[in-house]
Amino acid sequence: MNENGKDILIEVRGLRKYFPVGNRLFGAGGEMVRAVDDISFAIRRGETFGLVGESGCGKSTTGRCILRLIEPTAGEIIFEGRDLLSLNATEMRRARRDMQIIFQDPYSSLNPRMRVGEIIEEPLLIHRVGSRRERQERVTELLKLVGLDAEHATRYPHEFSGGQRQRIGIARALALDPKFIVCDEPVSALDVSVQAQIVNLLEDLQSRLDLTYLFISHGLAVVEHISTRVGIMYLGKIVETASSEEIFRNPVHPYTRALLSAIPVPDPDVKRQRLPIEGDIPTPVNPPSGCRFRTRCPVVEPRCAEMEPEMVEVSEGHFVACMVIAPGGEKM
Amino acid sequence: MNDNILEVRRLDTEFRTRRGTVKAVSDVSFSIRRGSTLALVGESGCGKSVTSLSILRLVQPPGEITGGEILFNNRDLLKLDAEEMRRIRGREIAMIFQDPMTSLNPVYTVGDQIAEAIELHERLSRKQARVKTVEMMERVRIPDAARRVDDYPFQLSGGMRQRVMIAMALVCNPNLLIADEPTTALDVTIQAEILELLRDLKDDFDLSVLLITHDLGVVAETADRVAVMYAGRIVEEAPVRDIFHAPKHPYTEGLLRSVPRLSSAGQRQRLDTIEGAVPSLLDLPRGCAFAPRCRYVMADCSKETIPLLAVTEARSSRCIRFDRVGEVMTQ
Repeated sequence: MNENGKDILIEVRGLRKYFPVGNRLFGAGGEMVRAVDDISFAIRRGETFGLVGESGCGKSTTGRCILRLIEPTAGEIIFEGRDLLSLNATEMRRARRDMQIIFQDPYSSLNPRMRVGEIIEEPLLIHRVGSRRERQERVTELLKLVGLDAEHATRYPHEFSGGQRQRIGIARALALDPKFIVCDEPVSALDVSVQAQIVNLLEDLQSRLDLTYLFISHGLAVVEHISTRVGIMYLGKIVETASSEEIFRNPVHPYTRALLSAIPVPDPDVKRQRLPIEGDIPTPVNPPSGCRFRTRCPVVEPRCAEMEPEMVEVSEGHFVACMVIAPGGEKM
Repeated sequence: MNDNILEVRRLDTEFRTRRGTVKAVSDVSFSIRRGSTLALVGESGCGKSVTSLSILRLVQPPGEITGGEILFNNRDLLKLDAEEMRRIRGREIAMIFQDPMTSLNPVYTVGDQIAEAIELHERLSRKQARVKTVEMMERVRIPDAARRVDDYPFQLSGGMRQRVMIAMALVCNPNLLIADEPTTALDVTIQAEILELLRDLKDDFDLSVLLITHDLGVVAETADRVAVMYAGRIVEEAPVRDIFHAPKHPYTEGLLRSVPRLSSAGQRQRLDTIEGAVPSLLDLPRGCAFAPRCRYVMADCSKETIPLLAVTEARSSRCIRFDRVGEVMTQ
C-alpha cells in the first residue's frame, strides 16, 4: 500500500486512451480520437467518485480503461499500490475479482439465454470459487442482498422489469465480493421511481459491504445525491474536481457553471438563469489547442489558445483547470 | 369560438395481442387551451406516446382506437376520412419525436427533407421552396443555414438534427405541435437550447403544444397545465404549480418525491421511492391501478374503477382520498 495515501484505493495517473479513426480502407490514417487525454484522479476507500460529462466526453472510456476492459494508451492505474497496467493476463484476471462493473442497459448486459441463477453464478465459475452447493447458496444470498427472491434464480432475464434486471446485474457484480465497482450510467435507462430504488440500493450495499464506487453519469442530480466527490469531464479532460457539495454550490470552471445552469429545475417557481455556451462540442480528433473549452467559453482570452491549463487548488480539495478564473495553472 | 384547440374525450386505444388485449389508453380526457402547453407526464409504458399517436391517428395495427372523441378545432378527427386526416397532419397538427436520427432520412440532405414538407402542402417552385427552407433553418437558429442546407443528417449534431425536425414540423404553420420527448436524447446543455427555442417559436408561430415527457424538470419549465398518466389512465390533471406544490394523487406525489434534486438539503438523504412496479396492462388490478403501491390505500380503492374526480374547478384527480394526499409530504 502506498505510504502517503493510506486511504486511497485507486489512483489514476495521466490516463490516455486514443482510438485510431476508422476508415482505414480508404487510406486515411494516422488520425486519432483522443477520447481520454491525460486525466488523473484518486478515489478513497468507501467513497463514491462521480464522473460527470456530456456524451463523448470520455467518462465511460475512463471507466473501462480502469478495469482494462479496453487497453489504455498510456498512464498508470494504481489499485491498492499496484499498477494494473503492469500486470500480465493471469495477474489481471485475479485482480479483477476486486473490481467489477455495472452497465447502463439492463436489457442488453444480461445473456437472454441464461437463467438468472447462472448469470450470477458465472463469475464464481470463472474464478473457480466454491463447490456447486456453495455457489448455489451464494447465488441465493446475493439475490436476497439486492432485494430479489431465491425463486428468481430459475427464471430468464426477459421475465423481469428494467429495475429488477439492474438488480440482477448488481448481484452479478457482487458475486466475487469486490472492493471497487464502476457504475456506468446504472440508472440512466430507468424510470424515476425505479431509479430511486436502485440509487438507494447502491447506497445500502456500499455501507454494508464497504464498497468504493466510480459513478459515471450524465444525470447531475443523481450524481450530486450519491457522490462524495465529483469530477467534471469535457472533451477527454477533467476540468474540475471537488467534494460533491462544493462543486454544486460553488462551481468555478466556466463549463461546470454552464452545465449546472442548464439543468431544468423541477419547480415551476424557480427561474433558472442559464449561462449559455456557444456552439457544439468540437471533435476529439482535432481538439482545440490550449484549453479545450475555449471555443465555447464566455471568458476566453487569447492565452487560452496557447497554453493548456493545469489543475489549480482554489480551495481545500477543490481543483480547477482554468487560467482565467483560477490563475496559476499556466503550463509553458 | 371555443377556447380549446384540442379536446380529447374518453379516448380508448387497445392493442390486441396473442396474450390478450392491452388497454394502452383508457378513458383519457383532457383539453388544450389555445396558445398553451399541456404536458403529458408518466413513466415508460403509461400510454403517453400512444395517446399522442392516437390524436394523429397514427396507431398501427394491432393497435386500434376503440372509443372516444378527439375534437380538434371542434371537428372530431376520428370521423374524418383518410384524405381529410392527411391534410390535417403536418399542416394543422405537426409532431416532433425523440430521436431525430431515426426520423430523418439518411440519404437525403436536410434541405431536401424540409423542402419536401413544404412542397407537400404548398404550391411553390423548387427555387421558392429552397429559399423558404433556408429561411426556416435560420428561424430554428441553425448557424450558417445557407451552407448547412446541403448537409446530410449524419453531418449534423444531435441538437442540430432536432432543429431540422422542428423546422420541418413548423414549415406549414401548424396550430398544434405535439412534441414527444423532444429533448430526451440530448445532452443537458443542448436540451436547454432546444427548450428555449421551442418556447420562442411557440410565441412566434402562435402554437399550442402537447408536450410528452417523463422529465419533471422539463415539465416545470415548459408547461401551463400537466396531466399525469399511470397504467393507461390520466390520474391527475392540474395547473403546473398545483401539480408541483400540492399534488392530489398519490402517484404524482410519489413521483415528485423520488426525483433527486440539486443542492436541496445539503446532506445526503435517502431518496423516497414508490415501492413495487407498474402493473401489466394485460392484467390491471380491479379499481385503482395504483392501489397496490399506494400508501393511502384502503378497501374501497379496489372495488370499482375510480373516475376522475373534481378537486377544484381547475383540477381533477383519480383518487378517492385526494384530500388526504400531501399529509406525508411534510418537508
